[in-house]
Amino acid sequence: MPNAIKALLETVMDPEIPTISIVDLGIVTGIESPEPGHAIIELTPTFSGCPALRIMEQMVHDKLAESGYTQIEVKTTFNKQWNTNMITEKGLIALKQHGLAPPPKHDGYIELDVLSDTPCPYCNSRNTEMQTPFGPTLCRSMHYCKNCLNAFEAFKPVS
Amino acid sequence: MEFTEKHVEGLKELLYKMADDLLIIGHRNSEWTGLGPMLEEDIAFSSMAQDKVGQSLALFELLHELGESDPDTVAFTRNDNQFHCSQLVELPIGEYDFSMVRHFFFDHAEAIRFEMLADSVFEPLSMVARKFKGEIKYHTMHADIFMKKLAAGGEESFSRMQNSINETFGLALGMFEPGNFEAKLIEAGIFGGEAELQQRWLDKVVPLLESFGYVVPKVENTEAAFGGRHGVHTPHLQPLLDEMTEVFSIDPGADW
Repeated sequence: MPNAIKALLETVMDPEIPTISIVDLGIVTGIESPEPGHAIIELTPTFSGCPALRIMEQMVHDKLAESGYTQIEVKTTFNKQWNTNMITEKGLIALKQHGLAPPPKHDGYIELDVLSDTPCPYCNSRNTEMQTPFGPTLCRSMHYCKNCLNAFEAFKPVS
Repeated sequence: MEFTEKHVEGLKELLYKMADDLLIIGHRNSEWTGLGPMLEEDIAFSSMAQDKVGQSLALFELLHELGESDPDTVAFTRNDNQFHCSQLVELPIGEYDFSMVRHFFFDHAEAIRFEMLADSVFEPLSMVARKFKGEIKYHTMHADIFMKKLAAGGEESFSRMQNSINETFGLALGMFEPGNFEAKLIEAGIFGGEAELQQRWLDKVVPLLESFGYVVPKVENTEAAFGGRHGVHTPHLQPLLDEMTEVFSIDPGADW
């Protein structure tokens, strides 16, 4: 049963990055179905202040309701804290498709030099520089590629 | 160890001061939206504001689970003497140098506080602290870059920053005003206490500022701006609360 729910949630896309599903983003931290028609879903925020979270809760609810679930609980918790290592391989590719440099895998320590060394999502050059660690949404930083002369955004690594 | 009533009271006091600091600094940071000295800074302060208000919500949720009113009620229906934020965070944004120095002092203290709380025996708080630790990394990184750049930005830049450091240091020390239950929190393993936090903060910010070329005032020669943790505030807090709650006050029961 959880697998059937997971398959449904793989079709719920991030409202701000429509190429990646919430499953591949790594924010679905719990799926339970104690009986047919009953779904308990746990989500965790990418950033505590992410305004898309309430929208995603609603999208999950709607998707399950239209698929015949009658008892639906969607909870947001910090029980498993999200970090960018939780994005799946498929998710990393999906970010790049949206023109966002995917975050590098990290071992818990994020320093400035990791961000300064972000490969350009257009030409793959590492001859880039970070312009600011903050971008149009909380999860993005802004960079400039000195090889292909494009400005680009990265999904920033978070520990 | 079983929590006694005193432990819970201490825990609530801790959560209130943290949540209030974040809510108020978040609103102050957001006042730079549209006014930043350059576009990237406008975005940086706005993004940090969003993080802070989001973090305050998570802490108000924890308080709600401990029996306090719901987050909106707690955030928007108290008067200034019921707030536990430090006086540092409530002051107007002033000139950019002040906002930058406040951001540097505040966020390094927050980063260490969250690091300490990541090991708290009160699990709901330790889980939230672990989450915040990753987010705030970008805030301290941003502050460090600019404190360094502005130290090397010429005579006017350096002297503005140095003056702000001198004027803000005592306010920053006010963040570490002891609560009523320090010993209880330490004994139970809930939080290591304000004194340890202040020492770790000094060990972090003083060498960093000196490496950028600034002179840091001495703690023993500085009067800490205490009072905020016990509801004593500057005249700047109430007008801010009035502004924050203007829409809410018109129709508190409105459905959004």
